[in-house]
Amino acid sequence: MDPRDTSPGGPGLDRRALLKLGAAAPVVAAATASGVRPARAARRVETRARIVIVGAGAAGLATASRLAERLDGATITLVDARKRHLYQPGFTLVAAGLKPRDYPISSTSKYVHRGVDWIEEAAAEIDPDAGKVVTASGREVAYDYLVVAAGIHLDYAALDGMEVERIGRDGLGSHYHGPEAAYATWQAMSRFVDEGGTGLFLRPATEMKCAGAPLKYTFLTDDRMRQRGTRGKANIVYAAHSASLFSVPIVHEKVRMLFDDRGFDVRYNHVMTGIDLVKKEVVFDTPDGPQAVGYDFVNVIPPMRAAPVVRNSPLPWQSGKWARDGWVEADKHTLRHPRYPNVFAVGDVAGVPKGKTAASVKWQVPVAVDHIVADIAGTTSDAAYDGYTSCPLITQMGRAMLIEFDYNNNLTPSFPGVVAPLEELWITWVMKTIALKPTYIAMLRGDA
Amino acid sequence: MQGFDLAVFLAVFLEMMGTILWVLVALAVVGLAGFLAVVWCERTVVSRRLLRAEVIGVIGGFAALALMAYVTVSGFTDAGGPVDWLLIGIIWGMGLVGTTILAYAAMGLWDMARGRCVARRAR
Repeated sequence: MDPRDTSPGGPGLDRRALLKLGAAAPVVAAATASGVRPARAARRVETRARIVIVGAGAAGLATASRLAERLDGATITLVDARKRHLYQPGFTLVAAGLKPRDYPISSTSKYVHRGVDWIEEAAAEIDPDAGKVVTASGREVAYDYLVVAAGIHLDYAALDGMEVERIGRDGLGSHYHGPEAAYATWQAMSRFVDEGGTGLFLRPATEMKCAGAPLKYTFLTDDRMRQRGTRGKANIVYAAHSASLFSVPIVHEKVRMLFDDRGFDVRYNHVMTGIDLVKKEVVFDTPDGPQAVGYDFVNVIPPMRAAPVVRNSPLPWQSGKWARDGWVEADKHTLRHPRYPNVFAVGDVAGVPKGKTAASVKWQVPVAVDHIVADIAGTTSDAAYDGYTSCPLITQMGRAMLIEFDYNNNLTPSFPGVVAPLEELWITWVMKTIALKPTYIAMLRGDA
Repeated sequence: MQGFDLAVFLAVFLEMMGTILWVLVALAVVGLAGFLAVVWCERTVVSRRLLRAEVIGVIGGFAALALMAYVTVSGFTDAGGPVDWLLIGIIWGMGLVGTTILAYAAMGLWDMARGRCVARRAR
């Protein structure tokens, strides 16, 4: 199969497609501009370099595609056992009953560029001193350049009493676990919406992917209840891990006001440590000691760490706040490893401030690729990543805020004066529901 | 502010609709060509037919809005700011213009097929 000759699944000549052609143009313009930098037109560089990319998720695939477009004669190898590709921004939509269970699922092979080799095995060891990666079967793959895009590890085992196989039962939800869990979470949430009680929402204290998702899901649950007329039967509790709801202060203030408007019971400085699935209680570490909060529905979001293969390598930060969870040491502007200059980190695994979203990947990958290509060509690159990321923060069904910001907590709106960043807008919702996934897929192929 | 170029725009549309995009582009081109052919043949715009096409176009505009609401699991009651009303206007306008042109072309070609090329016959 030609990996690039693949139509997106689904669309036939139906009313949806007809509508999208006409109506989506301005929305696509917004979506592409808000997370996408145009491909740099550059002459292909001839090389015999061996480049290994650990991880074939969004960051790994996008990196492979762009390198394949920029280099002629290089050996580019992806190492990852996962045959399924998951569009993770879709999990929230599945868990809210807005998209079907299979919406985030496709296959990795669809996005592997024709000039890229894919070893369908997990990486078992990374040895940057020897310049090689060892796969699960013991195969050694030597490299001249390494891109670490191994993603994130959801550390459910760090939560006492948590059993992922019970997601969807007895009010237990956890929409980060995968599309099946997201769908099971929707079923549990839907029962809660009918029956009422206490809905408990939270986020971990570690770095995490898409820090807006816990907030979105709280808003969506509230809105589902309002639509079904059952909001009066429920108490919605949001347990923030710190004294803030969002790392960008101005966004925190906006979300705080919206939470107040929706009547949420916000508990600050609550870090989940365990759960009693029988008593239906979550245990939090708080400044006043351990506290248990009962629930009828809970959306558990576990601590997140770098994948074990990365944590067990010499690549993570050796000190500082990112050392414990094993995030790869990297210059926050170039994504280059300071101790191993031929190693780059992109995507969730990179130990840089913020930036564990698909929009960050879109901005990080061209920078890392430009530096690798410059190294190979014997030149230098001035490409720099400024921490840009974006989050269509859903506040109800039909409305979202397009939050874009950088390392300095500056808002970086793509359309100042038009799409206001802290305003709940339909256009942002439309972008999230129909335009972002195609933009993401185009990014995987190196086209956007 | 981030820029974007037409190649990105096209790539995203292709991901969104696949080859259907080209079918729809072809439909738009055929519709426009049909409209121009009818106008060229008749050397005029027939006001009665245009009026009928515009009535159909108005319905097409609202149909586009209804369909957008269906696809996005939302509606224009969710509009939260000026840009939303602008988007609603664009959707409605595109539905109106597209449907009007297609309707005018279809009616004109139907008349031509039945030998009723108004202007030339008048000569």
